[in-house]
Amino acid sequence: MSTTTLTRSDPAGRSGDRVFSAAALGAGVLILAVLFGVALFLILQALPVAGADPAEITGGEGFAAYIFPIVVGTVIAAAIALLLATPLGIGVALFISHYAPRRLAMTFGYVVDLLAAIPSVVYGAWGYAVLAPRLATGYGWLAENLGWIPIFAGPASQTGKTILTAGIVLAVMVLPIITSLSREIFLQTPTLHEEAALAMGATRLEMIRMAVLPFARNGIISAAMLGLGRALGETMAVALVLSGGALTASLIQSGNQTIAAEIALNFPEAFGLRLSELIAAGLVLFVITLVVNIIARWIIGRHKEFSGAN
Amino acid sequence: MSKRIDVKDLNVYYSKFLAVENVNISIEARSVTAFIGPSGCGKSTFLRTLNRMHEVIPGARVEGEVLLDGDDLYDSAVDPVTVRGQIGMVFQRPNPFPTMSIRDNVLAGVKLNNKRISRSDADDLVEKSLSGANLWNEVKDRLGRPGSGLSGGQQQRLCIARAIAVSPQVILMDEPCSALDPISTLAIEDLINELKADYTVVIVTHNMQQAARVSDRTAFFNIAGTGMPGNLIEYADTTTIFNNPVQKSTEDYVSGRFG
Repeated sequence: MSTTTLTRSDPAGRSGDRVFSAAALGAGVLILAVLFGVALFLILQALPVAGADPAEITGGEGFAAYIFPIVVGTVIAAAIALLLATPLGIGVALFISHYAPRRLAMTFGYVVDLLAAIPSVVYGAWGYAVLAPRLATGYGWLAENLGWIPIFAGPASQTGKTILTAGIVLAVMVLPIITSLSREIFLQTPTLHEEAALAMGATRLEMIRMAVLPFARNGIISAAMLGLGRALGETMAVALVLSGGALTASLIQSGNQTIAAEIALNFPEAFGLRLSELIAAGLVLFVITLVVNIIARWIIGRHKEFSGAN
Repeated sequence: MSKRIDVKDLNVYYSKFLAVENVNISIEARSVTAFIGPSGCGKSTFLRTLNRMHEVIPGARVEGEVLLDGDDLYDSAVDPVTVRGQIGMVFQRPNPFPTMSIRDNVLAGVKLNNKRISRSDADDLVEKSLSGANLWNEVKDRLGRPGSGLSGGQQQRLCIARAIAVSPQVILMDEPCSALDPISTLAIEDLINELKADYTVVIVTHNMQQAARVSDRTAFFNIAGTGMPGNLIEYADTTTIFNNPVQKSTEDYVSGRFG
């Protein structure tokens, strides 16, 4: 070996490295640029709302009074979806990863993944035509027996097209997201930790609580956040299922509205200031999603030293 | 505390594959027994049958009897969960629970099966177990810190503390030092010497010096060839195995001529 081999490197390898690095950088910049572009579009188009006379805004009392009810409606629908789908999704994922026999688990996993491929308009149609009428009876019962709780206050919707129905449809829609991601993470639990728990005399449930769930905690939060993102932004299903209206505390009356559905329903006829209003509503949804993600990051980062990554 | 183990006519299977064939062995209480042999000879597999961890792997099963002071671990009425509560295990790589503090790691086994323990009892148990694992002085000021922040050797001693916290009858160790440096290894070996006063210890090791240093009795396992089942070739006092074994293959192995 001569000394020149130290200074001469394989040119093909070097340029390959450079090309890949540039491609990765480009992809990173592109996503930021797209996000920035969307934000800029929303802000510019929404600007007229800021200078408008409050009386000209829909509802006649300014933008805040217009946006507040549908922000709350959006959050309620997404919260219902997440409250229902997260525990169920974790349960289904655990069943697939740790309880079902292998062959059944595979089939089951495919079926759940398939749920994610159904277009949202189909979910909407199903919620509208099948689910809502069936739930209406249940809502009647709730209003009669638990009506003293504000969220179940009567009179119940006769059609069943309520925010609760919308939340349930959203839950079904986000279920595959939460299930698939959780399942993948559960399957990655180190065998070492599972065996550590079992070897101490843990039952399967105790092993899951000791080794699997703590390991998967951050992943479950991420999965729930992705699901929440879908629930917050879902348009078609909510537009079909919910007969929207003014903000009300009761989940079983018709009423409430979500931002995405409000935009979808009004966009075709909107122009001028009304259009700016709707785009401003979109901007608010953008900000809500951002805040939710920041909170999720914060929760994940809080227990960093106990994450096992060190 | 501490019970003896008698294994009778044990065959160990992975689905249809016979991994270990016809083992008969008696392990005395309050002694250290070492399993040695070349890789793949079934010594770890056999060790895992002693606390029914073998059957955690899908398709794995055994035939024969493993008696803990006369009670068959594989009796149909026996719950593997209770078996593992009495026969603890330490693994090849240290595996403290990463999301738990040092203290919680020690108490992990004690809190199983809905058992409750008062705070002062827990404090005493943590100190006793960590002292028993020669780790107390090193960690007593940081019991609330994550167990994964310790060095490899400390983590392994934490795992031993976790195993002895539930007062088992037997402690199984599957190559407990193979991932550790010589100083940590020495610390574990000293600990094994102390543990045998109270527990029956069974250790699998690839390190023959280690077997010679720590064990009272040694079992040599071997395998006739790839795809063949492993067998227990010879089982005797450690000094006999290392100085004048009966079997030719034992002598070849301990003198380093193969394996």
